[in-house]
Amino acid sequence: MSKTIYLDTSATTPVDLEVFNEMKKYFTIEYGNAGSMHSKGLKAAQVLNNSREKIAKILNCSSNEIIFTGSGTESINLAIQGLMLKLKNENSNKNQIISTTIEHHAVLDTLDYLKKLGFKITLVPVEPNGIINLKKIKKAITPQTALITVMYVNNEIGTIQPIKEIGKIAKKNNILFHTDACQAANSETLDVQKLNVDLLSLNASKIYGPKGVGCLYKKSSVKLQPITYGGGQEFGLRSGTENIPGIIGFTKALVNTQKNKKKYLKFTNLRNYLIKELLKIPNTILNGDLKKRVPNNVNITFLNIEGESILLMLDKYNICASSGSACTSKSLNPSHVILALGRPYEAAHGSIRFSLSKYTTKKELNKVIQVMPKIVSHLRSISPVELKIKDLKNKNV
Amino acid sequence: MYDLKSKSGKQWFYPEKVKEHFFNPKNLVKTKQESKKLDKEADGIGIEGSPACGDMMKMWIKIKNNRIKQCKWSTFGCASAIASTSMFSVMITEKNGKTIEQALKIKPQEISKRLGGLPAIKFHCSVLADKALRSAINDYYKKTNQINKIQENKIKIIDKILKITDKDIEEAVLEGVKTFEDLQKRTKIGIQDKTCIPEAKQLLRFYLEKHFTPLKKTKRL
Repeated sequence: MSKTIYLDTSATTPVDLEVFNEMKKYFTIEYGNAGSMHSKGLKAAQVLNNSREKIAKILNCSSNEIIFTGSGTESINLAIQGLMLKLKNENSNKNQIISTTIEHHAVLDTLDYLKKLGFKITLVPVEPNGIINLKKIKKAITPQTALITVMYVNNEIGTIQPIKEIGKIAKKNNILFHTDACQAANSETLDVQKLNVDLLSLNASKIYGPKGVGCLYKKSSVKLQPITYGGGQEFGLRSGTENIPGIIGFTKALVNTQKNKKKYLKFTNLRNYLIKELLKIPNTILNGDLKKRVPNNVNITFLNIEGESILLMLDKYNICASSGSACTSKSLNPSHVILALGRPYEAAHGSIRFSLSKYTTKKELNKVIQVMPKIVSHLRSISPVELKIKDLKNKNV
Repeated sequence: MYDLKSKSGKQWFYPEKVKEHFFNPKNLVKTKQESKKLDKEADGIGIEGSPACGDMMKMWIKIKNNRIKQCKWSTFGCASAIASTSMFSVMITEKNGKTIEQALKIKPQEISKRLGGLPAIKFHCSVLADKALRSAINDYYKKTNQINKIQENKIKIIDKILKITDKDIEEAVLEGVKTFEDLQKRTKIGIQDKTCIPEAKQLLRFYLEKHFTPLKKTKRL
């Protein structure tokens, strides 16, 4: 069998060997609990503090502003829920959150939950290229706005949002600003001063680090209420024994990733090559802006065929990708991101995301470029649907 | 949104039999030429579903002495839809062909069983084949002047606690329901039986598409 061509790094990345090797001894040799009053515990506490400092340096903040968590999702929940619950307890009249229609479910479902608790949620739509319009954010602001939360990079279409500018707007209006930066760390700056953010969520499993660890940057002036209770670890905001091996791996991965940001940019050429070649297949559409997207994301709709069938055919050629089709989701709903671009359901069902890894070669992409037309033409020949792109434009969905 | 694998952690996403029928579907119409030829020669043609729902099916049948002698099909659908239609076409034409009455009695559960089991969330994918057959048979009755035999598709219960059917959803759509919130206000669907919400949402989209945005290229017969 031929080697797997893994083009699904926005789902997760492998752990770099260098990262893995650094983690190992913290499982079996330096296994102490950072809260213990003995040498093993002290060692763990030192390691924890060192990691916190290293991450603070990358984010250009102070080390007591870094809270380690169990995932990007958990960081996001702590930031959004923690802030709003705190405000509610203080009887603040600020009860509105502004976000966008293309956020990850970690944000959208948290907002849904808060809506049920009585908070006001405003979701600002994105432009057809998948980028937020600053004017629309400004327009959504009311005297009750407590928080704006906008993702840095979209996980499906890879578009990069104008975080710095949104941060400025938030600051000017005395509103706190959170960004979900989980998909951004490979290529974008994480300097919280430059980005004008008060809260920023990160995780390790998208940056060649281990799964099950993330962090939240929280500006020291921002007060949160914990959402988990127990031993009071992480400044009382995230109880639970610290995941030292995970934190070691996360820190190493983040340091490496941010150091190699420039190198990562070379993938832009490979990405553009794949986009150009795949768009040669008739009745295909690129989802998301061509320029304002991360170097590793390609998302294309192949009309008249269903995404899951494409994925399973690709899998036969040992190519891993993902789809916005309803059949690949638990909810039977197609991708909310593709729909948010103003595309109809038909286009969402046939959308495929290829997210390149830092190990992807042109040879691998050539394989994709070679098999994709075959798969598409096979599935189209058995499909009774014959929509053309111009048919979609007339459709009002 | 990207999980294809079952929780059982099996090697492939579906049972081996599903894989077999997905990669080598039986009775599948593979070219546009063949489809055009069948449009002329078939005794009955049925189309069900819509591309907006992510599932659409066209079926051509040949009937002799009340038995289904041939069942050809094409689909815009996921792996489960392809595999279950393939299996369904085998089941209704095997051993000299089932009678029309026998064929219409086949349940999605039976198709799933022959395939080695489909995940519950994929059951609706095999329902489409059954509906397409029903519509092809109705077309056959129409063409052979047996109008009295035409039957509408079976009613299916969606909300298992409040016994709300697909017909109820269709009626709500015809009466002007456009969103799931409206549908829920009117029918209380999914309030107690939360498991039916994804299917109810999909049916809502399906009926909205069916009644309010007819596709130019794929007209209903």
